[in-house]
Amino acid sequence: MDIIIPLLVDGLAAASLIFFIAVGLTLVFSVLRVLNVAHGSFYSIGAYVAVSIGGWAASAGLSPWLSFPILLISAALVAALLGPFIEATFIRYTYGKPEALQILVTFALFLIFEDLQKLVFGVQAHYQDAAMQVLGVSEIGGIIYLNYQLLLIALAVVVVVSLRLLMRHTRLGKLILAVVADPEVSVTLGINARQVYSIAFTIGVFLAALGGALATPTSGVAPGLGAEAIVLGFAVAAIGGLGQIEGAALAAVIVGLSRVIAIYYAPAFEPVMPYLVMLVVLLVRPYGLFGTAQARRI
Amino acid sequence: MRIALLLALAALFVAFPLAFPWLAFVFTLVISKGFAALGVAVLLRAGLISIGHALFYSLGAYTVAYLSRGAGVTDLILQLAGAVAVSSLVGLIIGLFMVRYRGIFFAMLNLAVSMVFFTLLSKLYALTGGTDGVRIGTPTLFGTTIERDTLESILLYGGLVLAFGVGYLVHRYLKSPMGEALPAVETNEIRLEYLGIAVPRVLLAAYVASAGLAGLGGAMYGLLVGHVSPELAYWTISGQLVLVAVLGGIGGVVGPFVGAFFLEIIRSFAVIYFDNIWNLIIGAGLLIVIFFLPRGLYGLIERATQRGPRR
Repeated sequence: MDIIIPLLVDGLAAASLIFFIAVGLTLVFSVLRVLNVAHGSFYSIGAYVAVSIGGWAASAGLSPWLSFPILLISAALVAALLGPFIEATFIRYTYGKPEALQILVTFALFLIFEDLQKLVFGVQAHYQDAAMQVLGVSEIGGIIYLNYQLLLIALAVVVVVSLRLLMRHTRLGKLILAVVADPEVSVTLGINARQVYSIAFTIGVFLAALGGALATPTSGVAPGLGAEAIVLGFAVAAIGGLGQIEGAALAAVIVGLSRVIAIYYAPAFEPVMPYLVMLVVLLVRPYGLFGTAQARRI
Repeated sequence: MRIALLLALAALFVAFPLAFPWLAFVFTLVISKGFAALGVAVLLRAGLISIGHALFYSLGAYTVAYLSRGAGVTDLILQLAGAVAVSSLVGLIIGLFMVRYRGIFFAMLNLAVSMVFFTLLSKLYALTGGTDGVRIGTPTLFGTTIERDTLESILLYGGLVLAFGVGYLVHRYLKSPMGEALPAVETNEIRLEYLGIAVPRVLLAAYVASAGLAGLGGAMYGLLVGHVSPELAYWTISGQLVLVAVLGGIGGVVGPFVGAFFLEIIRSFAVIYFDNIWNLIIGAGLLIVIFFLPRGLYGLIERATQRGPRR
């Protein structure tokens, strides 16, 4: 019985990191109906930017408590610079096109970003764990946990709640829901659908970059991170049902726990657990846990 | 006109390596990639995009490695046949699951399965040699030992003949009712079901064929290079195969080979001048083809040779 609480805490901490990858992907899909393969790039770019700014702050002798605003600022910076630009130059031309084409375009962007990151940030791994060190550890039931892990769990809950508030209780959220429900009618009612798409995409980029930034204190960043992120993020989004934010949260918890349990009982299977869960879920429910079947035209 | 074009391509493949021996290696690589990209193109005709065909490509190469080292099968023909059989069989097993999915799910599930395969190849050291990979010895042909140089010639000219043979078979397949159903799946799947055609069966046949083609290409690659490592199963290779198919055009059998030809030629120069931005070049190439050449390079050649109004 003693094993359950540590497994739960570790699993939830892993789940919150996984959730940050999947939530932006699923949000962008729910609004734009585009599966953005380049989402993985935004995740790793967020990580690289956070590590770079964090490293600069550390060498400048700034207080380690500043690491937290730096993580947020890095994500905001990536979102502001890349979000509107990528949406307007490439993503916009794929709306309503066949899914194969959308995947090709975003996959091409992903390949381009992959090399750009290597050119800008080099090919060696980077580490910057000031944020983790400064928080220290705490003891629950005789087992020591990183406070940073507990913070991640709290942050994930904050993101779920604030996204729900944003979508259901603000003007922007209502505009987004209107555009999702019927783009043409929304436009005739005077809603600037293009702007809504651009904002939704930028929020998605922000969430991806934030996920990457938050992951750096515990795991650092190295080339190949983006590919792992997009595959894992898709697996989680698909388990939850593409476009379902709460579904992504539940799926992240399932995947996080399954990974931790695998590490405890059968470490060799840990990397394949998300895909095993995905295969099982999709075999039973082809549109994911919370997903609904789409009507196909006859 | 089309036959003249094919003959011209074949002549090019025979003449250039004679004049420039270093091109023999590149041209064999073109044929190998062309087979795999043709497999991807078959699925693309049904609107299904697989970002995971590096799995079957590497499986072909690993099968050859296993046959020559583990099982003691050294004959070239048997090795190729074995690689095609193994990758088709694995394609059948994975395909049974895959044909239920379309669009995004199909693409990403293929990616996920190939990533799992890549992880297994890297981790199962005892079986696959881990990240070091496995060496593939020079095979024998009909019981006679052959030299490395002879093998390269056999792979190039034999591969060329094989490309024509397999290309013709795939052409016939695409023109058969099973093959013609593929574009119809993309246009309107439900209507096809109402016409009494079992869509999953059509797609399963296409998936097995595409896995076999990718396996054949991978086996050729393994024999040519003489070594195989897990990198061959990585998603960047899958991306290359998709690019080659789209670049060449998925309209016909020749397209993927034309795409592979252009890619390898560009690559031969890119390795010298800009080795570290290879993915960037592929990505930019993909975007250019998608936005400006929707029918691919072969579509461009076809348009230039087809004078008069298009049908």
